[in-house]
Amino acid sequence: MNRMNELARMMKELEDQMMVCMKCGMCQAVCPLFADTGREADVARGKLSLLDGLLHEMFEDPEGVSVRLNKCLLCGSCAANCPSGVNVLEIFIKARAILTGFQGLPPAKKAIFRGMLAHPQLFDKVGEWGAKFQKVFTKPANDVIGTSCARVMSPLIGDRHFRPLADTPFHKQLPELHTAAGASGLKVAFYVGCLADKIFPSLAQATVDVLTHHGVGIFMPPSQACCGIPAVSSGDTDTFRRLVRHNIRQFAAEDFDYLVTSCATCTSTIKEVWPMMTADDDDLNGTVRRMADKTLDIHEFLVSKVGVEAVASSNGDRLVTYHDPCHLKKSLKVFDEPRAILNASRGYRLTEMTESDWCCGMGGSFNVQYYSISSRIGERKRDNIKATGCEVVATGCPACMMQISDALSHAGDRIAVRHPVEIYAESLKS
Amino acid sequence: MASKAIIKEFAAITGEENVLTEPTDLATYAYDAAVLEQVTPSLVVRPMDSEALGKVVRLCNENRLPLTVRGAGTNLSGGTIPRREGVVVLTNGLNRILEINEEDLYARVQPGVVTAKLAAAVEAKGLFYPPDPGSQAVSTLGGNVAENAGGLRGLKYGVTRDYVMGLDFFDVDGELVKTGGRTVKCVSGYNLTGLMVASEGTLGVFNEITLKLIPLPTYRKALMAVFDTMGQASEAVAAIIANRVVPATLEFLDNFTIRAVEAYSHAGLPLDAGAILLVECDGYPGQVDEDTAKVEKICQELGAASIRAAKDAAERDKVWEARRAALSALAKLKPTLVLEDATVPRSKIPAMIRDLEGISKEFDLTIGTFGHAGDGNLHPTILTDRRDTREWERVEAAIEAIFDRALALGGTLSGEHGIGIAKSKFLEKETSAATIVYSRRIKSALDPRNILNPGKIIGGQA
Repeated sequence: MNRMNELARMMKELEDQMMVCMKCGMCQAVCPLFADTGREADVARGKLSLLDGLLHEMFEDPEGVSVRLNKCLLCGSCAANCPSGVNVLEIFIKARAILTGFQGLPPAKKAIFRGMLAHPQLFDKVGEWGAKFQKVFTKPANDVIGTSCARVMSPLIGDRHFRPLADTPFHKQLPELHTAAGASGLKVAFYVGCLADKIFPSLAQATVDVLTHHGVGIFMPPSQACCGIPAVSSGDTDTFRRLVRHNIRQFAAEDFDYLVTSCATCTSTIKEVWPMMTADDDDLNGTVRRMADKTLDIHEFLVSKVGVEAVASSNGDRLVTYHDPCHLKKSLKVFDEPRAILNASRGYRLTEMTESDWCCGMGGSFNVQYYSISSRIGERKRDNIKATGCEVVATGCPACMMQISDALSHAGDRIAVRHPVEIYAESLKS
Repeated sequence: MASKAIIKEFAAITGEENVLTEPTDLATYAYDAAVLEQVTPSLVVRPMDSEALGKVVRLCNENRLPLTVRGAGTNLSGGTIPRREGVVVLTNGLNRILEINEEDLYARVQPGVVTAKLAAAVEAKGLFYPPDPGSQAVSTLGGNVAENAGGLRGLKYGVTRDYVMGLDFFDVDGELVKTGGRTVKCVSGYNLTGLMVASEGTLGVFNEITLKLIPLPTYRKALMAVFDTMGQASEAVAAIIANRVVPATLEFLDNFTIRAVEAYSHAGLPLDAGAILLVECDGYPGQVDEDTAKVEKICQELGAASIRAAKDAAERDKVWEARRAALSALAKLKPTLVLEDATVPRSKIPAMIRDLEGISKEFDLTIGTFGHAGDGNLHPTILTDRRDTREWERVEAAIEAIFDRALALGGTLSGEHGIGIAKSKFLEKETSAATIVYSRRIKSALDPRNILNPGKIIGGQA
């Protein structure tokens, strides 16, 4: 029991934030996981009381709490809907760090995070090798969406329809970029993000094209590392900090007005998780905060800083619907701007789906661990997309793009999955 | 922990995946929204159909296992806090709307249907299910009936009780009992429906509920009136009713709540106002326009400092924003929030508000009050920190004082939150010793082993 006493002491730092929950249960209305399972341990109120249980040494070992805490999409729907403003994501991420520190990181995650993710060049290499060999194991599943699936039964791929690794990742196409501010008078640092680099290089290229079109100077340093969200959401703060430090060093080389990314998850991680999870390190935290203040989602940058506006002729005939990534709408409150970018794209007409801000069910490692639940949540999204009769579904997050691709591909739908910036870039060329 | 043998029997009824036995799962069914001690049950089961529900009840009774039914666990009086050796029966697997009958105006639902889902489903057909408890986005209709939930529309439309036409429920042996029906008139047998509403799971377990629907009002209009004093606002409430206007909602916020809401949402509320009244009339355009004009005139005559009538849906939303934000705004001030619901005859609201101010001073506590002025249902909200044991003692004393004052003014302990565990020891004060004895006789006749949510409402051997 002494160990649990030690854990309770570690949990103490979260007590004040946990006390804010008045157990009203309103999180049940918006939790995508609870909607699927109906279990209290799956919703924020349940998880918060389990953490409270650790604080009061209610359990004989932390494993049960740990498993339930990790069974969460970290979508933040609960926090966005919480009457008393419980800082759910901060509590959960910090509690995961405490529990991982206490129990140790599982060997598989250790190998992936510390052996690979923490070393950006190695991670890039593994990706490149993977791209070469994946065709041996996979075959195309849906040509409109661009998904693949396993050729033979594979425990790793399972039943997934996934967007394969790009033949040439973006960092091979364009290793770095240093252009001066043009007509806009603005210069941005462009943080590419792993998924845009390795799976959606066309998105990274579209981002560069759009910025260049608008006379925005770009600083894109070489050797960018992962933003750290996979590591920190598994409680691996060591790898997380290594990655933050690495990125900070890369981006310190030049001056810029804003740092932009076209990934909702990277943006919210840099803006919110970086400052939150470095608070105990004064030196690092100061730099991180300055960087977080300058960080903007690409749509927000284009609309509020560059002044991109809807065009009258945008009511074209290609019907497009928009899915709100949780990390944009719920974390950063960005939801008008991506729609504005779509309305600025000639040839497209935006139509809203029902529940456009209901989580797609991806949740990063949640999808790996709980694929069947993740898929069922994805099916709900798919049904809502399908009901609009659209030709294209757009969303501002590459992770959501992967999940939605999987859901549509499984249903055999012929609906393309794209990022608003890709659509906008294409309309600039036409 | 429950024995392996009994776990197996439950699993045979509901399927293994619907029986929870892990300590970490059980711990998440130890509470509801009331600020009370948690009690972890020994087992949680989730029947997915009626047949399983009936068998679960019977199995609990055969094994003398206390049974607590749980919908969304949002009640505010501890009605869903289980017993340590007991079983929690979840109803959220029974969540089908069975029928919406547009000719005979009723809906049949399973107990786990979420209130707001039914409301939306009937609204899509131009019909209306008026009871709207604050937790309607998550609360279940089974829970609403078991607690006789209220809401904002009580004054004009009544509460859950007024919409329950009939019930099927399992008695303690798991036998199906039927009461009421689908007709407006029905006098067959004892009015067991009346007995079951607000019985908090102590007399039976709901299987199917038939609810009355009404046509959806086509037009509504809202206004906000600001008063310098609570006395003026209360006079306005009395005058509105005396002038034969019955608004759909008639809500108020006191000065403390106004300041909390303003700090929270910067809605532009006057910080020095003694009270704000929020009024909404609904029905047909002509009548609604006439009624709101009357309300406006009354508020003016009684010295309202300002009146803002909403011209369109967006403005109407703006008017209600302040009321919707009230609980959140108060919740953010201190870690623990105790939401009471002492209710008095509406003419006694000014007296009750004065008493609440006195109680706040006497016990040195922060109390914000808002609520349903139209039906006298006040929500004095005590803001505290449960970890501060000395202040917590004063909170408990203050709650008792609030009950005493409400009763002295001819009111009740609870307008809509239920008695549960939280208020059971005060019930005799409102009723009589004989009432408790009579109620306990009913309970012991219907549930001789005292397994149906024991200890709730009438206390007794806990």
